[in-house]
Order: sequence, then structure tokens, then C-alpha cells
Amino acid sequence: MQLATAKPKPTPPAYRRFLRDYGWAYLFILAPVLLFLVFTLYPVISAFIMSFQKYNIMKSKWIGFDNYTYMFQDDIFWKSIKNTVIFTLATVPINIIITFILAFFIFQMKSRWQTFFKATLYLPSVASGVTISLVWLAMFDPTSSGLLNTFLGWFGIDPVIWLGQSKTALFSLILMSYLGSHGSGIILYLAAMGGIPKSLYEAADIDHASGWTQFTKITWPLLKPTTLYLLVTGVITSFQVFISVYMMTQGGPNFATTTIAYLIYESAFVFYDFGLASAQSFVLAAFIIIVSVVQFKFFSSDVEY
Amino acid sequence: MQQKSKVVLVGVATFVLLIWALITIIPLYWMIIGSFQDSAASASFNPRFIPDSWSIAPYERFFNKTNAFRWLFNSLFVSGVLTVTNVFLASLAGYAFAKLKFPGNKSVFWILLSTMMIPSQVTLIPLYVLIINIFSLGDTYTAIILPSLVTVGNIFLMKQYMSSLPTSLIHAARIDACSEFGIFYKIILPIAKPGLAVLAIFTFVAQWNEFFWPLLVTRSSSMRTIQVGLASFKFAESTDYGAIMAGATVGALPMIILFFALQKYFLQGITVGAVKG
Repeated sequence: MQLATAKPKPTPPAYRRFLRDYGWAYLFILAPVLLFLVFTLYPVISAFIMSFQKYNIMKSKWIGFDNYTYMFQDDIFWKSIKNTVIFTLATVPINIIITFILAFFIFQMKSRWQTFFKATLYLPSVASGVTISLVWLAMFDPTSSGLLNTFLGWFGIDPVIWLGQSKTALFSLILMSYLGSHGSGIILYLAAMGGIPKSLYEAADIDHASGWTQFTKITWPLLKPTTLYLLVTGVITSFQVFISVYMMTQGGPNFATTTIAYLIYESAFVFYDFGLASAQSFVLAAFIIIVSVVQFKFFSSDVEY
Repeated sequence: MQQKSKVVLVGVATFVLLIWALITIIPLYWMIIGSFQDSAASASFNPRFIPDSWSIAPYERFFNKTNAFRWLFNSLFVSGVLTVTNVFLASLAGYAFAKLKFPGNKSVFWILLSTMMIPSQVTLIPLYVLIINIFSLGDTYTAIILPSLVTVGNIFLMKQYMSSLPTSLIHAARIDACSEFGIFYKIILPIAKPGLAVLAIFTFVAQWNEFFWPLLVTRSSSMRTIQVGLASFKFAESTDYGAIMAGATVGALPMIILFFALQKYFLQGITVGAVKG
């Protein structure tokens, strides 16, 4: 549009018509587009440049691929990848199974009880990651009087030093994820279950299909889009697990709980090596973009955008 | 046969759900119970599950040692401003993408949407440099608020929601010579209220619970949000579990109250713009 005004002889009718027809629309999206340019596009480009520099606030130095070669030769980097992948593989599928079972059970209830269980199971989701981490830190108390150790004591199991030893630290974070809130996933599943036409089950009853057959042939396939959605969002979230690590273990002991997101934080804001941190963040981005693209391939036929 | 197995299924379901509901609630119960028992003297944190005595000493210690009222105000202010800006800007843009025809509509929307794939870790460092070093906004509300004025996720939700509204109303208004903003303000906003309410609630909760960005851009105690303040208190007073639980309760209670007050929106809201199952 600016180009059009700068020309010596603009054609006013066409220009005016364009403004009249589309001016408002562009005005409506102006703020998000400007914010995108300044707070997303510029930072991505800047991070990419930084990843090839020894960053310094006054004068950065070009060092080619040094950050990347350092990163790939760094044992802690590989350890953080390993921890993140273990955490993701251990939490996401099992959390989806837990979520699905809970939703399926709630679906069998009468509507008043559905509301009760939905509300109860959702409630902890409104507490912040900081609050939840503080509470679990207390529950993981390593002495025999800690909450979880008291529970183990009932079964004659010796106290566990949950977060204090490499052996069990990552497992403790995984356990915390299992026992955390699955509320939003449950609600998505319930909405999808409610959307399955009753006639399908009635037809199956007429054909004397067993409950299990109905489940595997009707319920599960029709819930596939929800399952995939939870799978992908779950993987993306757990790739970025950070607050519980920051609050509870600081990546320790002996890097047992250093995840990739925590490593990036440490490189950037503990050691102030912005170049290295940017290089590491692009590895995380690559993981997430791959997962998102795979999601899109799965989803494109099922979701209307 | 079918009837009997249904009864068994409901029985098992009730049993499992009651157990799981208990497991889910225990941490919050434990937090609140723990915050009312004075455990400062003991080396480990082991409040009684059914307390025999109550004490508000942990709360006194938490509020005396911290700027907690200021932190609560900061969180309220930041979350409030961001809720207003997100609802306004996301509904405006969502409406434009859903209902208005203009060259580039689809491509701009897809470019915005595709940035959701980029993890925040990539943009955080340049964003930090931009806000702290270039704009010199460190330790201000503006620094906390500016990058989150409107999120792409919210625009996406609003576009989904606006698409489901009837287009005939808009045509009618256009014939009555309303301006495009007039149509949006007088016709779209009123009928979109349920969707806007859900967006407002989820934005407010998300911003109240936001931790990492406010942690990065605040330095002084008086500029911290409640989440950042709680974390700093934990690292400063790591042995006083009673007071830490008191702080955790103070930080979570407003959201818990909000949840009970607006339960309907929370429990249905997630499905706005979600996957069609």
C-alpha cells in the first residue's frame, strides 16, 4: 500500500477500493502481526545468528560451528537428551492410558457423578507448576516420616531418598507426572466420547457384539484423533519439562535429572553462554518440529482448521 | 448378561475413580493441612494427616519475611492486563481470520500458526536481550507483559470459535451500513461472550501461574510475581516447610476459588476449538 502512494500517478479508485474493502481486516490483525515480527520472527533469526557466535553484549565474535561441535562432544548434553527421552517415553504413553481409563470410567457414571469426578480430577490443574513442585518436594521427604516413605513403610519397604540420589531422582519426577492432574485430557476424551452416536452401539447390540468388541471396534477408533492430540501435546510438553526440575533438583544429583530445557536454562542464565544455549535450543526445536509435522500428517484428515 | 456386566463395570469404575480422586486431592490437602501446623522446629516436614492442633504461625512467618502482598498484587495486575489484551486482540484477529476476506488471509494465519511449533527456549534468549539490554525494560511490568500481549494459541482458539458464529448476521449489519469495527463491537462481541469468557479465564489462570519469563526479567523483590516470589522464598528458607506450604497455599488459593466459582467454564471451556472427536 505504501508503494502505491509513493507512485507519481496512483489510480485512486483502485487504491481506495482496496482500502475500503480490506483496510479494516488489516487493522484487525495489525497488532498480532507486529508482535509476531518483533517478539517471534526477530528472536528466531537472532537466536540462529547467536548460535554461530561467542555472544557478548558489546561485541559478539563469529566462531562458525564451534558451539555445535562443543555441544555434540559434551557428555552432559547427551545425558540431557537421554533424560528427556526417558522422561517422555515413560510419562506420555502411560499418562494417556491413565487419562483414557479415568475418562472411560467417568463416562459410565450418572451425570451428577460425572461432574463431581471431572471437577475433582481437574482441580489440581489450576495450581501452578511452582506450587505443585513445592508440595511434591515436601512429599518426597527422604526421612522415614516423609509422606511417601510413610506409605511405603506400611508395606515394610525401607525409606527411599527420592530426589537425593541419581538412581531414583528421574523416576521420582516421572512418578509425580503419573500422579499429577490428568483433568484436561479427561475432559477432551469425555467430550469426544459424548460425540459418538448412540446408534452405533445399538446396532452393535443387535449384532450381539460383546462389550470388548464394541470397545475395540467403535470407541477406540473414534477416539483416535483425541488420543493423537494428547500424544503430540504430551510429547511437546514433556520435551520442555523445566519447572519441576528447576524447583526440585536443579538438574541433579550428578545430572540425573538435567533435561534439555534445564540445560538450555543453565547455559544461558547460569553460565551466560548465549551462543551455546541457542545452539542447544535449536536441537530442542528440531525435535519438536519433527513431532509437530508428524502430528499434522496424522491430523490433517481429522481436524478442521 | 449385558445388564450384569454393566453393573460390574460401574462398580469397578466407581471404586477406581474414588481411589484416584483421593490420590489427586492428597497433595493439595497435604499442602493446606501442612500450612496450618507449626513445623519450623522439626527437621523434617511431617504434618499430621488429621491435625490435632492448628496454627497460623507459618503464615505469619511467610508474610513477615516476604513481600507477599506486593507479589499477589503484581500477579493480579499482570494477569489482569494480559487477560484484557489477549481477549481483545485475539478476538479481533480471530474474527478477521474467520469471517473477513482479504488478500493474504490464509497465508498470514498459517505463518502465525506455524510459529507455535517453535519452542519458547529458542526465542527466550534474544527476547531477553531485546527487553533487558536493548529496550532497558528490566524489572518493570512492561517487561513482563509486552511479549505476551496476545498469543498465537489464543488467536487460533478465537478463529475456531468465530468460524462457528452465523455469517448472516454480519451480512445484515453490513447492509445496515455498520463499519467493520462497529459490526465486530456491536454484533460479534455480544454473541461471542461465552467463548470470550472461556478465553479470559484460561488466560488469567495461565498468566497467574506463569513462572519462567517473570523470573528472567525481574530483579528486585518488589517486582516479583507470586510464583517467582514463592520460588525465591523456597530457595532462601529451604528448611521452613510450614512457611513454604503457607506460601504455596497463598499462591494457589485464588485459582482454586476461581475454579469453584466458575467450574462450568473450566470444565466445558477446554473443548472450545479442540479436536473434533
